[in-house]
This record gives sequence, structure tokens and C-alpha cells, in this order.
Amino acid sequence: MNTPTLLGLCAAVLIGLGLYGLIVSPHPLRKIMAFNVMGNGIFLVAAVIARRGAGAGMGGDPVPQALLITALVVAFAASALGVALVLRLFEETGSASLTAPDAAPRTPPSESEV
Amino acid sequence: MRAILDIFTIVAVVAGAFFFLAGTVGLLRFPDTFTRAHALTKADNLGLGLVVIGLLPQMDGVMAGLKLVLVWLMVLLASATVSQLIARAARRGGSDGGKS
Amino acid sequence: MTLALTLALVGLLMALAIWTVVARDTFAAVTGFVPYGLLLTLAWLQLRAVDVAMTEAAIGAGLTGVLLIAAAARLRATETPAWAERPGLATRVLAAIVSAAVAAGIGACVLLLPDPAPSLAPAVVENIAATGVGNPITAVLMSFRAMDTLLEAIVLLLGLVGVWSLAPDRFWGGRPGPAPTEDPNSILGYLARVLPPIGIVVGVYILWVGADHPGGKFQGATVLAAMWLLVMMAGLSDAPAVDRRWVRIALAGGPGAFIAVGLLGSVIAGAFLGYPEAFAKPLIVVIEAALLPSLAVTLALLLTGPPSRKDSSE
Repeated sequence: MNTPTLLGLCAAVLIGLGLYGLIVSPHPLRKIMAFNVMGNGIFLVAAVIARRGAGAGMGGDPVPQALLITALVVAFAASALGVALVLRLFEETGSASLTAPDAAPRTPPSESEV
Repeated sequence: MRAILDIFTIVAVVAGAFFFLAGTVGLLRFPDTFTRAHALTKADNLGLGLVVIGLLPQMDGVMAGLKLVLVWLMVLLASATVSQLIARAARRGGSDGGKS
Repeated sequence: MTLALTLALVGLLMALAIWTVVARDTFAAVTGFVPYGLLLTLAWLQLRAVDVAMTEAAIGAGLTGVLLIAAAARLRATETPAWAERPGLATRVLAAIVSAAVAAGIGACVLLLPDPAPSLAPAVVENIAATGVGNPITAVLMSFRAMDTLLEAIVLLLGLVGVWSLAPDRFWGGRPGPAPTEDPNSILGYLARVLPPIGIVVGVYILWVGADHPGGKFQGATVLAAMWLLVMMAGLSDAPAVDRRWVRIALAGGPGAFIAVGLLGSVIAGAFLGYPEAFAKPLIVVIEAALLPSLAVTLALLLTGPPSRKDSSE
């Protein structure tokens, strides 16, 4: 049991926890957070694979690591879009529920309100 | 010489860790927001300073050591600002100071 | 010894992940999520992925933390109605079984990974001299897999367009976020005057040093975006209106330069994004210098959100 394998198993547990949170949490923001937990677990598995590919004088295989940087940035962009959607849902209907029957949109507030 | 520097590093870093522990005990045991912020800011900054001083002999080159000291100064600046903001918000937020 | 450190790290990671998932109050859960991201930085370091660790600290813990804290504060009123909608015990048990099965499957895959692990490291080492950069991650990002980086920059831009498209029609072209109410002479204003000059130097330094040491444009752009966000939050400067020309040019300049270099490469070197042999390093520097401000503006505007008020001067 060396460090990469231990972190790989930890990553598997994190993926399970994130998936549970994604399915069970009723609040959309909690779903986004659980999705991030799961995503970070997946990235950790990729980093374990990169570490095991160490060789030729480097501590890890650089190609998966470079892809991980891309993945982290894109995951942030996706989270930002998801959070913007939840906030917009809240502004339009007054609740952040995904299961409530479609409420009629509230009348637009006047210009002085934001 | 190497051994003396290593012992210095270990002693300083352990002392820094002790101050971090003291700050966390303060966070958990003090009764309200103001005392907690006080404990955290004072103890954690001193702890970080000791850790940085302890790591300085392990750096190779003056520039790397200066970068470490810059990190410490930035953390001092940020944590001082944040603790002031938290205290101000707690004072506005209610007379109980955030007791929980 | 390292194994003991890794065990402690794993224990903390799992405890924080459990807290994030089961904590009752969303704000408390976010308070657990930010240190989870910072501890993941240590996990990346344990796996010798220094560039990824910097990106995680900057974007994964830093920017995502700001995003979630701001959202959790605004959505406080939806806590109780949401808690009332929790699924019943049967659904939760079923979800736990499915999650445990997925975790077990992935754990089994980790344990069954092939033992002489296949690796592209020797191929990278063979070809890195042609790219002119010393950091293998930068060489992979900017030269061997430059197409992925180009598409990533465009995905960020599309994400921003998606966030902007959520604005109500009457606010289109306006400024995002609430009007600045913070007193610019307060402690936050002081920090916003002292920190950004240092932050800008640090951000550009991280970009420049990324050619040969860990670093790069994503980490540097995040530091620059954070400085701009600090200035906006302290009330020293208002968020830009999204229909301003300089905003549009700043956003499109980076990906545009990248595509231009790619088309240049297809003419001179015979393949899209191919770099002519002697010009590889200068072209990479040009692309990174063009992408740095674009990425910083994109990341900062992703955090401020869709336009929510019209300029009173228009």
C-alpha cells in the first residue's frame, strides 16, 4: 500500500460520497457542491494514474497532469454557470426548488429594485 | 552544521504547530466571535511566522527565502483585514456577538 | 513516514467531504468545502503534480469558494423549504447502495491498474527540446496538446456568454452585481489599494516562470482576476457594463490570438497550431501573453454574474 494507491482508494470514496450528495440533496446549490466533490475525486484518480507513469526523470506523467489543469478550469466554468442558473431560478420564482410545480414568474421589480 | 540547521527547523516548526493548536483550542473554547477572532489572528500568525522562520534554513538561495517571507507578510495582511471585517460584521449583526 | 502523512491527509479529506455532503446548513457546508479544496492541494503535492496543485489552490479552492459563498449567502431564504423536500429513507438507502457500488468499482479499478504503468513521459522528454520551454506541463499544454488549451479558452468564453444570457432582457448590456455600497475608505478599501500592485506582479511572475518551473497562465490569470474582484468588492471600482467595447475586445483577444497563431501555423508549418521550429518559444510567449488578460477578465466576470442593473448614465 503506497501513497498513490492510498490516494486512489480515497478518491474512490470521495466519488461515492459526491454521488450520494448529488442524488440526495434537495437544494440545487448542494447538488453543485456534491458534483464538485465527485469531480475532484475523479481528478484525483487521474493524478494517481499520472503518478504511476513516472519515469524519464520526471515525478509523474505530464500529459494527464496537463489535462487535469484543463479539467479544473472547465469544472469551475461549469460550476459558475450552474450557480448562475440557480440564482436566476431563485430570482424568478422565489424558491430554489427543482420539484415545485412551475410558479408563475413574479412581475418584474421596478427599476430601482435590483 | 547541517544537523544544527535541521534541529533548528524541527524546533521552530513544532513551536509553530503548537501555536496553531493553541489558536484552534481558542476557536473551539472561547464564548463569542470577538474572543475567537482574537485568538485565531494572534496565535495563527505567530504560528505561521515560526514555521516560516523554521523553514528558512532549508531554502536554497536568498530569493527563495525572501519569497517565503513575502508569503508570511501577505498572510498577515489578509488575516488582519479579514478578522477586522468579521468583528465589524459581528458587531453589526447582533449584540450577542455570534454566540452559538 | 510519508505514508503516515498521507493517511492523515486522507482522513481529513474524507471527514470534510462527509461534512460537505451531510451538513444541514448550506453555508456551513461551503465552509467545509473550501478547506477540502485546500487539502486537495496537498494531495496533488503528494502525487508530485505541482502545477495542478497551484491550479487547485487558485481555482478549485479559491474561486469556487468565492462563488459558493456568495451564492449561499444570497440563497439563505431557500434553506428551510429545501430541507423539507429531502427524499425519504428508501431513496436515501438506495442512493447509498448505488454510491457504494460505484466507489467499490472505482476502488477495484485503482487496485487493478497495470503494473509497469504505461507512460508518455519518455516521449515528452524526447520532444521537449523542440518546444523551447523547460516545464514539461507547459510544453504539453502549449505545444503537444495546444488544441485542448485553445478549446478550453473558448469553453471559458462560452461559459461566460451562458452566464450573461441569464440576464433579464431589460438589463441586457448593464452592469453585473449590486451597486457598490462599500465605503472606499474602510479596511477593505485599504487592502484593495495595497494588495493589487503586489498581486499583479505575482500574477505576471507566475505566468513568466511557468516556462521553466511550475506555474503558467491559468494560475497567473486567477491571481489577476482575484485582484480585480477585490477592487470591485471594496467599492473602489464598479463592475464593467457588459456591452462596453473594451470588455468584448479583452475577452476575445486571447482566443483570437491563439486561433490566429494556429492559422499562421497551418500556412507556414503545414498543420493547424504547428509552430515553425525556430519560432516555437516566441509564439508560445505571444499566445500566453495574449491569453493572460483574457483569462483574467473571463474568470472575474464569471464570478460577478449576469448583468443586473442598467447604467444610470445611459
